[in-house]
Amino acid sequence: MSQVTNIFAPAATPAHAIFHLSLLVLGITSCIFLVVSGLLLYALIRFRNRASATSDPQEPAQIYGSNQIELSWTVIPVLIVVMLFLATARIIFSTENAPKPSDALDITVIGHQFWWEYRYPKLGVVTANELHIPTGDAAHPIPSYLTMSSADTDHSFWVPRLAGKMDLIPNKINTMWIDPLEPGLFLGQCGQYCGTQHAKMLIRVYADRPAQFAAWVAHQLQPAAQDPAAAEGQAVFLRNACISCHTVAGTTAAGRFGPDLTHVGGRDTIASGSVPNTAANLRAFVDNPAHFKPGALMPEMHLNAHDLDAVAAYLTTLK
Amino acid sequence: MATQTPEIEILNQSTPTEPRHPWLEVLHGWVTTVDHKKIGLMYIGYALLFLVIAGVEALLMRVQLAIPNNTFVSPQVFNRLFTMHGTTMVFFVGMPILFGFGNYLIPLMIGARDMAFPRLNAFSFWISAFGGLLLYFSFLGGDGLYGAGNAPDVGWFAYAPLTSRVFSPGHSTDYWTLAVLLSGVGSVGTALNIIATAICMRCPGMKMSRLPLLVWLYIVTSGLALIIVSPLTAAQIMLMLDRYAGAHFFDTQAGGSAVLWMHFFWIFGHPEVYVLVLPAFAFANEIIPVFSRKAIFGYPAMVAASVGIGFISLSVWAHHMFTVGLGAGANTFFTLATMVIAVPTGIKIFNWLATLWGGRIHFTVAMMFAVGFLFQFLIAGLTGIMLSVSPLDWQLSGSYFVVAHFHYVLVGAILFMIFSAFYYWYPKMSGRMLSEKIGKWHFWLFLIGFHLTFDFMHVPGILGMPRRVYTYEADRGWMIWNVIVSSGAIFQTIGTLLFVYNMIRAYFKGPIAGADPWDAWTLEWATSSPPPDYNFETIPTIRSRRPLWDLKHPEDPDSNYEF
Ligand code: HEC
Ligand SMILES: [Cu+2]
Ligand SMILES: [Cu+2]
Repeated sequence: MSQVTNIFAPAATPAHAIFHLSLLVLGITSCIFLVVSGLLLYALIRFRNRASATSDPQEPAQIYGSNQIELSWTVIPVLIVVMLFLATARIIFSTENAPKPSDALDITVIGHQFWWEYRYPKLGVVTANELHIPTGDAAHPIPSYLTMSSADTDHSFWVPRLAGKMDLIPNKINTMWIDPLEPGLFLGQCGQYCGTQHAKMLIRVYADRPAQFAAWVAHQLQPAAQDPAAAEGQAVFLRNACISCHTVAGTTAAGRFGPDLTHVGGRDTIASGSVPNTAANLRAFVDNPAHFKPGALMPEMHLNAHDLDAVAAYLTTLK
Repeated sequence: MATQTPEIEILNQSTPTEPRHPWLEVLHGWVTTVDHKKIGLMYIGYALLFLVIAGVEALLMRVQLAIPNNTFVSPQVFNRLFTMHGTTMVFFVGMPILFGFGNYLIPLMIGARDMAFPRLNAFSFWISAFGGLLLYFSFLGGDGLYGAGNAPDVGWFAYAPLTSRVFSPGHSTDYWTLAVLLSGVGSVGTALNIIATAICMRCPGMKMSRLPLLVWLYIVTSGLALIIVSPLTAAQIMLMLDRYAGAHFFDTQAGGSAVLWMHFFWIFGHPEVYVLVLPAFAFANEIIPVFSRKAIFGYPAMVAASVGIGFISLSVWAHHMFTVGLGAGANTFFTLATMVIAVPTGIKIFNWLATLWGGRIHFTVAMMFAVGFLFQFLIAGLTGIMLSVSPLDWQLSGSYFVVAHFHYVLVGAILFMIFSAFYYWYPKMSGRMLSEKIGKWHFWLFLIGFHLTFDFMHVPGILGMPRRVYTYEADRGWMIWNVIVSSGAIFQTIGTLLFVYNMIRAYFKGPIAGADPWDAWTLEWATSSPPPDYNFETIPTIRSRRPLWDLKHPEDPDSNYEF
């Protein structure tokens, strides 16, 4: 069974809490299932109409009810419900009302039709689609607090190994927290139907060791690379409509409708995790975004082959 | 079993012989009818038609999802398919088929000649039918002037602001809104009619405490429908105002609230599940006792549990919104409210078990489907408890686990009971018996298909697969499960085709049923099959919950045991 997005392979405190609770719930429901279905099976076999009985037209004894028995199968479920409810309430409060440590990392998550915008207000970092957060361990978890909303329709942030999902709703601010206990790449995807490309609104969370994370932040704060070899591509980029939708820090491109491209070349994937970030894929995507993502909100840009090559080359230099 | 007492024969002496009509006369007769039996049959036929259409939509989706990155249908088409599938199944299959059985059976079971308001009855049917046509007309008219794609693609719960003009140009959402609104008008009419009929049209001797359980459950269902259709209708009107009159109820771009729509929708949506499942319970309450040859166990508790479920179900809607960020307090409350529903539901299951206990169980096809219902409803209830645990729901909400859970309710419980009801009442409606042999094939094929599809559908949800995705990544380990899920669809399709064949075949050459083929106990079996227009020559008078039992067992009538 694949582990990549399995809710039973938790790797952060909220997912662990849910996992343990789910074991309790599974235990209780399995017991109920075994008892009730066992009784049902027994009754069906024991009281089936036997061949010998058909010759005997007598009806079985008619029993209309019994208050004691009915009371017992009312009270026992009530007790089970009370127990289950208390166990659940504990986890609800410990997850949703957990006190926020003063050194927690703040991240603003904005859902867009078919991609994710991530902003680190205290650090001044802006990126898209690939979220980097620091990793702690069981003794010293480092929580990252996600403050979330949406720029358009409803979305939901779901990375099963880290936590349950939380919706991103326009005009509403939600929060959740995650504290990966082991470094690694955690996958997920949008959990609330948000339009044509809901299926390709994938999430990638990179849990970095603290030193690695610091290095990543430092790199993100750099302005966009200015590779003279890619000057032509940059010129094409800057004279086309790209700049009204995309930001490249340090240039005139300051659009916010599409993902920030300042360090797009440093990402592993493009189009919200849809395809690996290679020069060929970048070129194909800019040529016609519908190639990978029919219905994505970036229009076909109608660049000629020469300009396409140049822009793709430029984008790859934006490490 | 088919022993008939002379008393019953007296009740159905006359079987009128109708003169042959040319087909136009026949058509005219159906279109203008206000007879509850004909309207009931039209409801059922109409629902079956849509069942086939929505079933084909499901099949297409399962083909697309069988393998990752499939290109069998485009994302746009896929999104329309699941929207149309869900909307059709809930509003134009589930509601009409249950109202159809209710219409047909309730007057017969309470010894009445028709519903309380026959014309309202016809109106309700035709307005709902028009709603269904409108929904499908969107394939032609939805484009509007925008060329923006035809049929609705906003999902069956149509969350705001996806439905606003910005995100849904063209008219597809308008067709959706109007179709749902019209179906709601029909539902309110029928719900009122059922309540009025059950309360005012009972034959002499039929006190409320002697009402067949089926009728009781239809009262609860109808009461619920009356309450919940109003917020749904209100929300549809608000949406139309948003779209065409510049209102901003749900228009988040102008400060409206997306969460408001969710509340409106789920205040309808959750109890709607019970509106659909209570009639299934109603069928079980009639069919299980007859084939166990025992009276239902704990009649008063069954009534109380149904009414209890009805009330509690009105206070649990936000369990569909555990991930919306309502806060720990609200999530805790709705967790508790949802869990509490398990108690009356448990009472029902145990009472059915106790009805089987000590009986003499005849495994007719109707009973086999009812037994399938018992097990599957048990499992559906247990996965429901899992989802009521809100932290677990944070993981599973909006995933394939939820899809599996509610299909366990809708197919495993409700559709199984509907099949059971067909095998049980088809003889009454048509005068002919369905083939038990074909029926058994139908049952086993459908059972295998159901479990292949919906048991294994829980797994991809646990592995992180969200619903409503037109395709999925190949590296998540979801493919194998989706292959199994899709393969089950084949068995279900064959089973359903056999069922349709069985009905058509029986209509022409099934054995004649007679008035009371199952040796049953309620009044619909006291008149001929199919019943005459006026149902009963003389209105019967009854002395207990099982009038035909009393007739057949004068030495030991039920009336001796009533309290
Ligand atoms: C109308 C606004 C718009 C214009 C103009 C536009 N884009 Fe985009 N772009 C988007 C959107 C929206 C996305 C996100 C698509 C998705 O993943 O769903 C995107 C995504 C991208 C990505 C992938 C980023 C990532 O990390 O996944 C690249 C690269 C890109 N655009 C380059 C360009 C270039 C080069 C141009 C100009 C030739 C351009 N875009 C013009 C809106 C635009
Ligand atoms: Cu989304
Ligand atoms: Cu619900």
